[in-house]
Amino acid sequence: MHLLSLLIWLPILGAIVVLAFGRNAATARWLTLGFAVATFLLSLPLWTGYDVTAANSMQFVESLPWIRMIQSNYALGADGISVALIVLTSFTTVLVIIGAWRPIEKRVSQYMAAMLALEGMLIGVFAATDALLFYVFFEAMLIPMFILIGVWGGPRRVYATLKFFIYTFLGSIFMLIGLIYLHLKTGEFSLAAFSHASLDAREQTWLFFAFLAGFAIKVPMFPVHTWLPDAHVEAPTGGSVILAAIMLKVGGYGFIRFSLPITPDASQEFAWVVIAASLIAIIYIGYVALVQEDMKKLIAYSSVAHMGFVTLGIFIALALVRVNGNADAARLGIQGAMVQMISHGFVSGALFSCIGVMYDRLHTRLIRDYGGLAHVMPWFGTFMVLFAMANCGLPGTSGFVGEFMVIMASFQTSPPVALLAAFTLIISAAYTLWLVKRIVFGPVTSEKVAKMQDLNMQEVIVLGAFAIAVLALGVYPKPLTDLMEPAVLQLVQQLGLVTL
Amino acid sequence: MMLSKTILLLVVLAPLVGALIAGLLRNVIGRAASAGVTIAGVALSCALSFYVLHQLVWGGAATFNENLYTWYQVGHYSAHIGFLVDRLAAMMMVVVTFVSLMVHIYTIGYMAEDDGFSRFFSYIALFTFSMLMLVMSNNFLQLFFGWEAVGLVSYLLIGFWFKRPSAVFANLKAFLVNRVGDFGFILGIAGALLWFGSLDYAQVFAAAAAPASEMLKVEIIAGHPWSVATVVCLCLFVGAMGKSAQVPLHVWLPDSMEGPTPISALIHAATMVTAGIFMVARMSPLYELSETALSVVLVIGATTALFTGLIGIVQNDIKRVVAYSTLSQLGYMTVALGVSAYAGGVYHLMTHAFFKALLFLGAGSVIVAMHHEQDMRHMGGLRKQMPITWITMWLGSLALAGAPGFAGFFSKDAIIEAVGESHRYGAGYAYFCVLAGVFVTALYSFRLLYKTFHGKPRYVVDAHHGHGHDDHGHHAPGHLAHAPHETPWVITLPLVLLAIPSVLVGWSTIGPMVFGDWFGNAIHVRAANDVLGELTHEFHGAWAMTLHGFKQPPFWIALAGFLVATWIWLFNPGVTARFKSALKPIYSMLVNKYWIDELYQAVFARGGIALGRGLWKGSDAGLIDGVAVNGSVAVVDRVSMTVRWLQSGYLYHYAFAMILGLIALLGGVWWVAHTAL
Repeated sequence: MHLLSLLIWLPILGAIVVLAFGRNAATARWLTLGFAVATFLLSLPLWTGYDVTAANSMQFVESLPWIRMIQSNYALGADGISVALIVLTSFTTVLVIIGAWRPIEKRVSQYMAAMLALEGMLIGVFAATDALLFYVFFEAMLIPMFILIGVWGGPRRVYATLKFFIYTFLGSIFMLIGLIYLHLKTGEFSLAAFSHASLDAREQTWLFFAFLAGFAIKVPMFPVHTWLPDAHVEAPTGGSVILAAIMLKVGGYGFIRFSLPITPDASQEFAWVVIAASLIAIIYIGYVALVQEDMKKLIAYSSVAHMGFVTLGIFIALALVRVNGNADAARLGIQGAMVQMISHGFVSGALFSCIGVMYDRLHTRLIRDYGGLAHVMPWFGTFMVLFAMANCGLPGTSGFVGEFMVIMASFQTSPPVALLAAFTLIISAAYTLWLVKRIVFGPVTSEKVAKMQDLNMQEVIVLGAFAIAVLALGVYPKPLTDLMEPAVLQLVQQLGLVTL
Repeated sequence: MMLSKTILLLVVLAPLVGALIAGLLRNVIGRAASAGVTIAGVALSCALSFYVLHQLVWGGAATFNENLYTWYQVGHYSAHIGFLVDRLAAMMMVVVTFVSLMVHIYTIGYMAEDDGFSRFFSYIALFTFSMLMLVMSNNFLQLFFGWEAVGLVSYLLIGFWFKRPSAVFANLKAFLVNRVGDFGFILGIAGALLWFGSLDYAQVFAAAAAPASEMLKVEIIAGHPWSVATVVCLCLFVGAMGKSAQVPLHVWLPDSMEGPTPISALIHAATMVTAGIFMVARMSPLYELSETALSVVLVIGATTALFTGLIGIVQNDIKRVVAYSTLSQLGYMTVALGVSAYAGGVYHLMTHAFFKALLFLGAGSVIVAMHHEQDMRHMGGLRKQMPITWITMWLGSLALAGAPGFAGFFSKDAIIEAVGESHRYGAGYAYFCVLAGVFVTALYSFRLLYKTFHGKPRYVVDAHHGHGHDDHGHHAPGHLAHAPHETPWVITLPLVLLAIPSVLVGWSTIGPMVFGDWFGNAIHVRAANDVLGELTHEFHGAWAMTLHGFKQPPFWIALAGFLVATWIWLFNPGVTARFKSALKPIYSMLVNKYWIDELYQAVFARGGIALGRGLWKGSDAGLIDGVAVNGSVAVVDRVSMTVRWLQSGYLYHYAFAMILGLIALLGGVWWVAHTAL
C-alpha cells in the first residue's frame, strides 16, 4: 500500500483534473472538494495505522530509485511528526476549499487547482526521506503559492510575491549547497545517511548556518520575517491560511529533520543564536503586533511571535539533553514545539479565515473600519473571541498546550529564558484582545458595519471545524503527543550521543 | 469510606452541561428554558456539594485524590486532570455552588428585561464549572486551567454590555492585569516542577516536606543564593495578587463593576477573587518553608486592607463602595495567610462570601428599584419603599463591620488577634493596618446605608413613562420614571437566604474551623508559626468570644467608626462639603485612587504602544526592511543596471567581449600552468 505516494499524487492529479474539466465554476468547486476530502480521509489511516510500539519510528516507507547517477531515491516515510503535519495539511486544505466557495469568483478552476497542487507538494515535503526529493517539493510549493498571491492577491501583490519568492528562494539556495556538500561527503541523499555522516566542527558550523538560512526564513524567525506580513496582506484568504497554517511549519520541521540530527554539535554551539532570536520574536514582535492597523499584518506578526515558541522548544532541547542530561525535559521541549506548530496551524488558519469573513463583506482590512461586530454578527463574534483566546494561549484551547510545555521545559535549564518566554502571556493577550475590543466589541461604528450579515453555511463549517480542533487539542492533547513520542524519543536519544 | 467519583464528576459537569445548552441552543430553547437548565445544573451541583461536605465531615469519608485522565505524558513529565477533595475543597465547593445558586435565582429578576438573558445564564454556569475545576484540582495544571478559565468568564461578563465603551475597556484591563499575575503564576508552577519534581500537589508537598527542601538554593542572580521555596512562593503569589486584586494589581477590580451586578456578587466578591486566597492556603506546605514569602504576603495584604478601604469612603457609586470594601476584605484574608493563619483567612473567605454577596445583591436590588441609577447622591430614604432590602443590607453591613455575634465578627476578630500574636517581620505594620481598617470599614459601610436608605429622598419621580431596562440614560441624573418599590421575590429571596448565614454561620463554625483541627491535612502549619494554635488556648466557645469581643479594641474602633458615620451622614449631611475643602489634598488623593490608574495608563498602556510603534517604524520597517532588505535590493538593482548596459544587443559588442574573455581565459590558463610548474 503506497499510502504516502497516494496522498502526494492524488491532489496533484486532482489539480490536473480540475484544470481539464473545471471550466464550469461549480464543477470545479465540487471536483476540488471531492479530491480534498478524499485526501483527508486517506490521511487518517496514517494516524490510526501508525504503530507507536514499533522499533522503527519511520513507517509507511516507500523507496524507488530515482536519479541513479547521484544515488537519489524517491524515498518516502512518515513518523509521528510527519503524520501530524500531513493530517494538518489535508484537514486545512479541505477547510480552505470550503472557505473559498463563494469569495473566489474569478478563475475558479485555476485557484482550486493551485490549492490541490500545493497540498500535494506540502505532503511531499513532510513525507520525503530523501534530501533531494525534499528539496524539490520544498521549492516546488513556492510556485502555486506564488501564483495564488500573484493572481488573486491584493493591489501590492507584485511587490509581495517577489519579496516572498526571492526571500525564501535565497534561503533555500544555501540549503541546497549544504545538501550537495553532504552528498559529496556521503555519496547518498538519504536523510538517514546524512545524520550518520561524520562531520567535524567546521563542517557542522557551515552546514548549520546553511540550514538556518533556509529554515529561519521559512519559519520565519527574527530578523528575516519581514516578508511574511507583506505576503499575508496581499494574499487571498485561502493563501494566507495555507501560508500561516502549514507553510511556516516547513521551517520548524526542517530544523527537526535536518539541523538537529545532521549538525547536532553546531546546533548546540549556536543554539543561543536561535534561542535569542526566538525570544526577540516573542517579545519584540509582540510589541510590533500591538500597533498594527491592518488586521492581517497583526495576525501575521502574531504568527512570527508564536513560531518563536517552536524554535525555542526545539533548540532549548539541546541544552537540556546535552548539558543538563535531562532527556525527558528535552522531549518535553520538542513535543511542545510540535504541539505549538499544530495548534498554530489551527489558530492562525482560523484567525485568517475570520479576517477573510470580514474582508468579504467590507473589503477592508483596517481595524478602524470595524467596530461592534458582536451586535450584527453574534456567531462570528463568538468564534472570533474563541480563536482570540486560543491565540492568547488560554488553557483549554490548543494555544496553551505547546506554550506551557515549552515554558516548563525551558525553566528546567534556564529560568531567565522561561521568564522571557512567559512574557507572551501578557503581550499576546494585549495585542489579541485589544484587536477584539476594537472590532468585535463596542458600539457599531458605521452604517456599512450595521449591514453586515452573520456567517453563512460555508463559513460556519470552516470556523466550526477549526473550533472543534482547537478545543479538542486543548482539552486532551495526549493522543497527539503519544503519536509523536516515538519520533521525538528517537531524535533525543540521537542528540544525547555526543559525537564531538 | 470513599467519596464517589461519579458524584464529584456530576458536581463539575452539571453546570457545564447547563452552560453549553443555554449557550449554544439559546435561540432554540428560549429564555425560560435557558434559565431553567442552568439553575437545575447548579442546584444539583450545590446539593451534591453539601452531600460531599457532609460525607467528609460527618460520614467519615477519606480525602479523595485521584486522576481522571492524563493530559500528556512525556518521559517522566506528566500532567493530569484530577480531583483532590478534602475539607478545604469541599468548603469551597459549598460556598461556590451556594452563592452561585443564589445568584442564578436572583438573575431571573435582575436581568428580566435584558436581551442577553440566556447568554448571561450560560456565562455564570460556565463560571461555576471553571471555579469548581479550580478548587477541586489536585495539580498545578488544572489549577491554572481553572484560574484562567474564571478569568475568561470574568472577561466576558465584565464586558457583558459590550455596547458600552467603558465596559469593554474594563474587561480588557481586567484580563491584562490578571495576565500580569498569571505571568508570575506560570513561572511559579515551572519552579515547582523543576525543584519539587512534579505538577501534582501530593508529590510537590511530599518533596517540600523533606528536610533538605528548605536548604535548596538557587542563584537567579549570580552570587545571590535564594531559597527555592521563596522563589516559587513569591511567583505563585504574584498570581494571587492578580486574581485576588492585591496592591499593586488591584486596579482592575473597581472597574469590573461595569459588569451586571449579579456577577459582581458572584465573581468579583464571593468566589473568583478569593481564588488567590484559596491557592495560598492550598499551598501552605510550600509557604511554610519561606518566612520571606510570608512576610511579603503579610505586607501586601495589610497595605491592601487599609489603603483600598480608604478609597471606599469617598465613592458615590453604590457598587464601587462595595467593590473597594471587597478589596479591603481581600486584604484581611491575605494578612491572615501572611501570619500563617491560613484557616482564619479561608474562614473569612467563607463568611465574606455570604455577606459580601448579600451586600452586592442588595446594592443590585437598589439599582433595579432606582431604574439603574447607581449614584448614592440621588438616593436616600429608600428604607420605606424597600424594607427587605433595607434590613438585609443592614445585617450584611453589621457582619462586614464586625458587630459581635455576626459572622464577620468571628472571622475578622480571629484574623486581628492572629496578627497581634504573630512575630513575623511586618506584623506590627499589619496590626496597625487591620485595626485602622476596622474604623474605615465601619465608616464606609454605614455611610452607604445612610446615604441609600436613610434621610430624605434626593431623587425626583417624573410623570412620563417609557424606559428600557438596559438603556438607562434617558433620564437626567436623579430623575426616575416610576417611584422606587421593593423588588420581586426572586431578588429578595436570595437576600434573605444569604442574610441567614451572614448572621448565624459563625456561631457553630468558628470553633472547629479556626480554632480546631477541622481542615486536617489540607492546611499545614509549622508548630513555630501556629498563631491560631496559640489562640486556641484562649478560645472558650463562640459565646465567650462574643462577650469577649465587646472588651476588645476592634469593637471600640468599629463603634467609633459607626458613631462618626452616624454623626456625619445621618445627622449632618452638609458637613462633608466642609471636610472636603478642609482636607482637599487627602480627598483628592482618595478620589483619584492615589493616581495609580493614571500611572499605569501612562507607563504601560501608552508606553507599550509607543514602544511598539518605535520598534515597528524604526526597527522593522526602518532598519530591517528599509536598510537591509530594500537596501540589498537597491544594490542588486544598481548592479543589474550596470550589467544591463553591457547587454547592448549589438553583435560587435558581444564579439568584442568574447574575444576579451578568450584572452583572459587563455591568459589565466597560461598563468596557472606557469605558476604550477
